Amino acid sequence: MLNIGNKQTRVDGPQKVTGKATYTADIAAPFYHAYVLQSTIACGSITAIDTTAAEAFEGVKAIFTHLNLPERLKNKVDYTDPLAPPGKPFRPFYNNTILYNGQPIALVVAESFEQARYASKLIKVTYEEKKFKGSLAENLKNASADRAPEPAKNRGDFTKAFKNSDYTIIREYRQSRNYHNPMEPHATSVEYNSDGNIVVYDKIQGVASSLKYLKGVFGLGADSVRVKSDFVGGAFGSGLRPQYQLFMATLAALELKHNVQMVMTRAQMFSFGYRPEVIHTMKLGCSKDGTLTALSHKTVGETSTFEDFNETIVDWSGLLYKCDNVNLEYELTPVQSYTPLDMRAPGGVSGVYALECAIDELAHEAGIDPLEFRRKNYVDYDQNENKPFTSKELKACYARCEEVFNWNNRKSLAKTDPHLLLGYGMATGSWEALQQPASVALSMNEMGTFTIKCATADIGTGTYTVMSQIAADKLGVSLDKIKFKLGDTAFPDSPIEGGSWTVSSVGSAVAAICEKFQYRIFDVWKRNNPEYQAVAFEAISFQDAKLKYGSKTFAFTEIMQQASKDELSIAHSEAPADGQDTHSGYAHCCVMVEVTVDKELGIIKVPRLVNVSAAGKIINPKTAENQLLGSMIWGLGMALREEGMVDSRYGRVMNANFAEYHIAVNADIHDIHTEFVEEHDDKVNPLGAKGVGELGIVGLAAAISNAIFDATGKRLRKLPMLLDDVLEV
Amino acid sequence: MNTNPVHFTLNGKPVKISIEPWTTLLDYLRYHKKLVGTKKGCDHGQCGACTVLVDGNSVNSCLCLLVSLDGKDITTIEGIGTADNLSVEQQIFIEEDAYQCGFCTPGQICSTIAMRNRGEINSEEELKDWMSGNLCRCAAYKNLTKAARRIYKES
Amino acid sequence: MKPFQYTRLSTQDLASGTTLRDSTILAGGTNLIDLMKYGVEKPDRLADIGKLPYAQIEESDEGLLLGALVTNADTAYHSAVKKTYPLLHKAILSAASAQLRNRATNGGNLLQRTRCYYFYDTAMPCNKREPGSGCAAINGFNRIHAILGTSASCIATHPSDMCVALAALEAEVHVLRKGATLVIPFDQLHRLPGDHPEKDHNLEPGDLITHIQLPTEGFSDHFEYLKIRDRESYAFALISVAACLKVSEGKIEDIRVALGGVAHKPWKLKKVEKEMIGKVASTDNFQFFAERLIQGAQSFGTNDFKILLVKRAIVRALNSALNPS
Repeated sequence: MLNIGNKQTRVDGPQKVTGKATYTADIAAPFYHAYVLQSTIACGSITAIDTTAAEAFEGVKAIFTHLNLPERLKNKVDYTDPLAPPGKPFRPFYNNTILYNGQPIALVVAESFEQARYASKLIKVTYEEKKFKGSLAENLKNASADRAPEPAKNRGDFTKAFKNSDYTIIREYRQSRNYHNPMEPHATSVEYNSDGNIVVYDKIQGVASSLKYLKGVFGLGADSVRVKSDFVGGAFGSGLRPQYQLFMATLAALELKHNVQMVMTRAQMFSFGYRPEVIHTMKLGCSKDGTLTALSHKTVGETSTFEDFNETIVDWSGLLYKCDNVNLEYELTPVQSYTPLDMRAPGGVSGVYALECAIDELAHEAGIDPLEFRRKNYVDYDQNENKPFTSKELKACYARCEEVFNWNNRKSLAKTDPHLLLGYGMATGSWEALQQPASVALSMNEMGTFTIKCATADIGTGTYTVMSQIAADKLGVSLDKIKFKLGDTAFPDSPIEGGSWTVSSVGSAVAAICEKFQYRIFDVWKRNNPEYQAVAFEAISFQDAKLKYGSKTFAFTEIMQQASKDELSIAHSEAPADGQDTHSGYAHCCVMVEVTVDKELGIIKVPRLVNVSAAGKIINPKTAENQLLGSMIWGLGMALREEGMVDSRYGRVMNANFAEYHIAVNADIHDIHTEFVEEHDDKVNPLGAKGVGELGIVGLAAAISNAIFDATGKRLRKLPMLLDDVLEV
Repeated sequence: MNTNPVHFTLNGKPVKISIEPWTTLLDYLRYHKKLVGTKKGCDHGQCGACTVLVDGNSVNSCLCLLVSLDGKDITTIEGIGTADNLSVEQQIFIEEDAYQCGFCTPGQICSTIAMRNRGEINSEEELKDWMSGNLCRCAAYKNLTKAARRIYKES
Repeated sequence: MKPFQYTRLSTQDLASGTTLRDSTILAGGTNLIDLMKYGVEKPDRLADIGKLPYAQIEESDEGLLLGALVTNADTAYHSAVKKTYPLLHKAILSAASAQLRNRATNGGNLLQRTRCYYFYDTAMPCNKREPGSGCAAINGFNRIHAILGTSASCIATHPSDMCVALAALEAEVHVLRKGATLVIPFDQLHRLPGDHPEKDHNLEPGDLITHIQLPTEGFSDHFEYLKIRDRESYAFALISVAACLKVSEGKIEDIRVALGGVAHKPWKLKKVEKEMIGKVASTDNFQFFAERLIQGAQSFGTNDFKILLVKRAIVRALNSALNPS
């Protein structure tokens, strides 16, 4: 084992630091550029749309609206994608109905981006507006459990247990809307070939999703369209579903029979999915000694009027601690907006925010240290599913975090600035460790270089690097002998890159195909060396690109010279491990934070953030740590910065830009630390690895909220927590 | 066509062209020169992905009209180093894993170089503040800070 | 962007003044190009003043003369600014990002436009962008909006940090008008919205800011620039305070306080400052001063907190100025 577990620098690093990593909008071809005009009302219909001036503008090639959408895109057309929630997916230009503010209502295609953008402003639109309710709060009356999936089963008798509890709390927590905003705006570049076939470069977390959508909408056969995505400039869930630029660029390319590129503006990055605003009602009870006796978690979330977006939010409250009397409810209410979309740790981050705030409040009521309270209610099996965990080293996370943070002596730390209040808070975090079916193909060339292909993605997570590490180790070759290729529908199927399951799913497939290929090498070696006919596979090893048997070594390249051409390539599909059925797989973490709150000015800062995680085998601690730190900072952003400001009068996002939608900047980050505890897991998947992309954000906002209470005595119970929320009046 | 002349140096080479005045430096680099290492992250000076060096200073190329850069010396990520001949800064970014998705990376690297050129950093706070003009949604800030610190001190 | 004619001005072009009158002036462009892309600004002609001879900083007996075309960064890092006008140094460096400061000019900083959400969104009513269309901010999101000097037609703020420091320092703005130099005291450059929020300032078409004159007194012993914002860098001020003090034997000899993020212009009241002369430099008196300075403040819902916060910020800034750490 040379690479797995090592802090390997990224194999795609040289491309990234030289500007040679080609993201979707970087594809070089003579493109027409497409720009979308969006509605300025949230509800009603278009009564007139005049494109005359825009059509006459220099460079404009075509304008598409509901008035000239080809009929074939209207009837018996499947607009769904693999992750479409129940309901009717949005159909661009289908008719004159306006379903949300910012809806695409016209597409201008021109020779340059600037021409297309300006021409779009020359289009005159007349609307008939209808009344609507633009916020979750205004639509609460319409909340219904019928539109939401059923949560985990209730257990015990919550009402009775709550009544009999020594300490109880009933609390409401609110989260505002958050937008993904990867640095790379969503983009699609369509190359139109002379034979009428298209190659579509799309910003997506899995090219198969784009392909499915294109087939359904445009009726394209598998041989007439290929989707590629070599580099993805972050996504965080925004690329889990094809976004409207895919439709637009493809529509224009097919109609104009020309290469077309559409890149969203930053403002347009606020015109599709988002983490929905939710309201949680928590009722918790415990006994005098801190035993959690009753727990009820009800969440109401927003969705669109046309799709029922749902997340697993309340189930987390039945999972994290031992509790025999649990009541879980989940409701959705439609608002005049686009459909929400899974965003980094969807559901978990929301559910655990409310739970971990409530747990802290209950521990405080019972007069028990919040860490001790959590230890007291530790659970080592999944009560929702009634299954054991594949592994759970959360206790070790608690212990290590306590030590690194110096939790027990936290109060003795001196305050340096008389204006500042100091506070400490903690939370537990968890995320699923799932494995999905994944397929890979491997081939070896005469130079001994292995090419492994899979339709998966690298959204910044390190897929290229980690898969190369796994393959290098399994094959016994150096890292530079591995070429891992991804992001192409011509490659074997992969699950979409999401859910923190890529290492688990694709990594296990890579490991398996490499092991398969070892047998292939072994077979060819034996076939051409009759003297070793009796040698068992167990008696040989693979190192330094050589097969080793006793003191003898045989270079792969020499052995495989004797192989047939067919023998140099191999394919493999890996099914999820049995443990995925019999056990529940989760990664866990403990997070502790220090905050300062300016007594008079309300300014909240986070001087210290510590996370200790248990996530099975860590393939590359360098990239894993980086991802975890990033997701912790997302937690900070969610807690203290990010708020999609929807003006409910207009149903319009008013801060659709990076100047007023505040994501964390470098200066926001002070002392931040993460580390992993040892966690052996032989059930979750063959690698024993759990994903870490989402874990760090879960619980973090609660820890900050709890720390603010510790500092100020105030429970803010809302996100984001801004300085005006803590100002003493 | 409505164009205006402009002369400048791009990655060491003199350029003399006449161009539509609304062409930003960023669009010129990406659409006209296919120098796509410089990224469009917001197009409004709010993210730093388009950062390049003009006379050694970091600027948002999305907010500069090319015609207004007459006589200037422009350096993009492509002029800093190549995969076969990485600059010190690029090497440090790789070593420190000062990125994840890589989209903001060219701009971040330009900012570290401009920071060193300016030479006005006296504290960790000032360093972080300087680097705050480059958003990183992956939030690789800890490693970015490490890399920026090394570049400021070592090179 | 709407297509436009572009002219690169030379000194000779200035003499006639016609081009300036008919054009929108382009200097660094960091705000103008931004607004043009959103369709908020739609000039037919741009006059690029980048080659005009206003890119120097000159020291003299009258203080420091900042060329309008010197970048914000070159100004902040100039040795005389760091030494004599550390308030200005700090204010400039608290603004925007390194990249924007490297490009934005001093003249442009003075004329940057508001960050009001509704001003920037051409789909929304805004009297400043489109006179007579209404103000969506008054009953909408106004957390970043003004509490002083507002009108029924506009509650926007001036977004600059640099201007708040310049107001406190009582700088003067040199304007070229019809071939002659006009000197405008800083507090007369910007205006309150009244019934004409489309006008940010008192300049006339054809006017060109050439310099900013800093007076000799830079208050380098007792100053503070306190900026309160939603993240620790790269964010506009919710509230900012530029505070300058001269103190003798515990008593106030001179006091200058300008506020950012609370009005359509940097907010400063000479009359209230004069009342403080001779009083003890104490928290109590600073509190009294703060009350007087923001007398008549009115908030609009989500910016209610600003009334309390600005008072505390003024006191904090004055105390910091009094007792530099």
